[in-house]
Amino acid sequence: MTPELIIVGILTSGIRLATPYLYAAIGETFGQRSGVLNLGVEGQMLLGAFVSFYVAFTTGNLWLGLLAAVAVGAAMGLAMAYVTVNLQAVQGISGIGFYLFGLGMSDLLFKMLLGTVETVKGFPPLHIPLLGSIPFIGEIFFQQNLMVYGAFLLVPVSWFVLNKTTLGLKIRSVGENPEAADSLGVSVARIRYFTIILGGILSGIAGASMSIALLNVFQQNMTSGLGFIAVALVYFGAWRIGGVLIGALLFSMVNSLQLWMQVLDVPIPSEIAVMLPYILTIIVLVVTVSRVRSPSALTKPFDRGG
Amino acid sequence: MRSRINSLFDALLPVLATFAALAVGAIMLLILRVSPVEAYGALWEGAFGSTNAMAETLVKATPLLLVGLGICIAFRANVINIGGEGQMIIGGILATQIGLTFTDWPGWLVIVMAIGLGFLGGAIWGGIPGLLKAYFNVNEILSTVMMNAIAVQIMNFLLRGPMIDPEQLEKASKIPQTARLLEVFRLPRLVPTRLHLGFLIAVILAILVYILLWRTTLGYRIRAVGQNPHASRYGGIRVRRRIVTALLLSGAFAGLAGAIQVYGVNYRMITDGSASGFTGAAGFNGIVAALFGQLHPIGTIPASIFFGALLVGANKMQRVVQIPSALITAMNGLVVIFVVSSEIWRKNRQKRRLSSDDKDSARPPTAGEIDSPKEEVLA
Repeated sequence: MTPELIIVGILTSGIRLATPYLYAAIGETFGQRSGVLNLGVEGQMLLGAFVSFYVAFTTGNLWLGLLAAVAVGAAMGLAMAYVTVNLQAVQGISGIGFYLFGLGMSDLLFKMLLGTVETVKGFPPLHIPLLGSIPFIGEIFFQQNLMVYGAFLLVPVSWFVLNKTTLGLKIRSVGENPEAADSLGVSVARIRYFTIILGGILSGIAGASMSIALLNVFQQNMTSGLGFIAVALVYFGAWRIGGVLIGALLFSMVNSLQLWMQVLDVPIPSEIAVMLPYILTIIVLVVTVSRVRSPSALTKPFDRGG
Repeated sequence: MRSRINSLFDALLPVLATFAALAVGAIMLLILRVSPVEAYGALWEGAFGSTNAMAETLVKATPLLLVGLGICIAFRANVINIGGEGQMIIGGILATQIGLTFTDWPGWLVIVMAIGLGFLGGAIWGGIPGLLKAYFNVNEILSTVMMNAIAVQIMNFLLRGPMIDPEQLEKASKIPQTARLLEVFRLPRLVPTRLHLGFLIAVILAILVYILLWRTTLGYRIRAVGQNPHASRYGGIRVRRRIVTALLLSGAFAGLAGAIQVYGVNYRMITDGSASGFTGAAGFNGIVAALFGQLHPIGTIPASIFFGALLVGANKMQRVVQIPSALITAMNGLVVIFVVSSEIWRKNRQKRRLSSDDKDSARPPTAGEIDSPKEEVLA
């Protein structure tokens, strides 16, 4: 294989692999900007991955599968919103509960309904006319599947919603100063319900992107920590969509590099490569946290009093 | 009298939360067309039905109790340690290496060293997030998650390479595992069961942690920092140092759990590529046990036995009614959610009590009393 081919290969799968990170971390960004830490992303992803796979496998319809992931993500988000907003549970811990629930449930359903590892024909690559024919660039960016395009489309859309719309302003104000937002007539509870459910939906889609678009199988605990990374990416990206994108690409590119290193039999232990982005994340957190401020009301339940 | 009833109610909250989780589990079983009575019967039988079953329950309870003790310390200082998985791994690795290196040492010495190194490994892996939180303001939830991922990769690297069983090198399979520990290095067992000395060590440590938290100045400081860091600072407590201490100790207990898992149960380290392959998810389930035990070291003893029983019983349930043991993982998740959700009743009642106190007497509530849902105000 020529060096160019290898580099194109690494970049192409790097872009592909960024997909679940992007969906999940952007969903998490909405939640955190409104003051809610959702630590259950991993569980939501696993359930989303399973139901989308199962529905796609039994009906043969990928879109129904995706819809099922959206529904399950929304349901998990709704439950989490009730627990965090109404019952004011400690978010760092209730999130672990949702993680364990999703981990166990997806495994249980998998064993009861499927029993063995099956495969589906996931979303096929979609060659975008003209752009897809550009040498190198076309292959890297414009011959991916729909869910990959969706993830990258979500970046500007969510940036716009968060920074340029009234809804975005409300979300940010609820995360910074819920008392002030409340006195201005913004319903803190309603905004947080919205962001947590949106986060659940996007986590569900993130799971689906793995099981019916990237890997096209479901396996027990197949996300293996990716959901937790998504939470970290929000901190890494300093609560900005652009920063989250950079973080997602960092993790996915290193992952892709590591996979290619195994394929090419490079005599460097792949574990070292896999470890690097985590170490880098910690370093970035150390360097940026002192300069970048988290949303003031993050993890703080809001009580209207009365 | 009323406060008596109230505190009894508080103590029962986790139990009620668990019954709620069991009820949800029963509904799920009905949906899966399995009789809940039969399923839970098999679970009970599997956990307590024979001497062997009970011994297995205690074996499973041991890492939960050790991790849970660390969780009690961390959560009391208001730091959330979800790095138990990684801390167990590092503790396990260091302890294993001792046993593989000094094969000519007496057994008791290696065991003592292994316990010490397990403690040390976990302390390092918990202490780093502690330092990062105290001095760089890095959120400990995130850093402990990162440290988990790093620990898994270290384990995979070591077991596939430097620490691999020499026998495996000759075989084509190359199973990523270390050589077995010599028989003299293994923790004594209560034959014929698999119950090992580790459980007794964990129970003794639970008592020591209780003494540490409630009978020493260090414990008082840790709890004070957890309740009200600002007031603690005024009171002359070095808040940053206490945060580091809490996470360090918390990690140390998890590391010890890893060491004991190797010396009491597996006699070697083996990896399937994931953390839970080694820990059995005890790093997370220990949190469940500690919450269930009201973040009290003594309460964590029965709580760990309870969740150990669920884990052991789940296997029996799987055999008898063909329900995958994953159901128990899902139910553990529900228990956590229900327990933290039910805190609101306690909080609300405390608020009511404080406001009526205001009317009756001049005693002003401190900020700590309002913010801390986990402490009895009048205790």
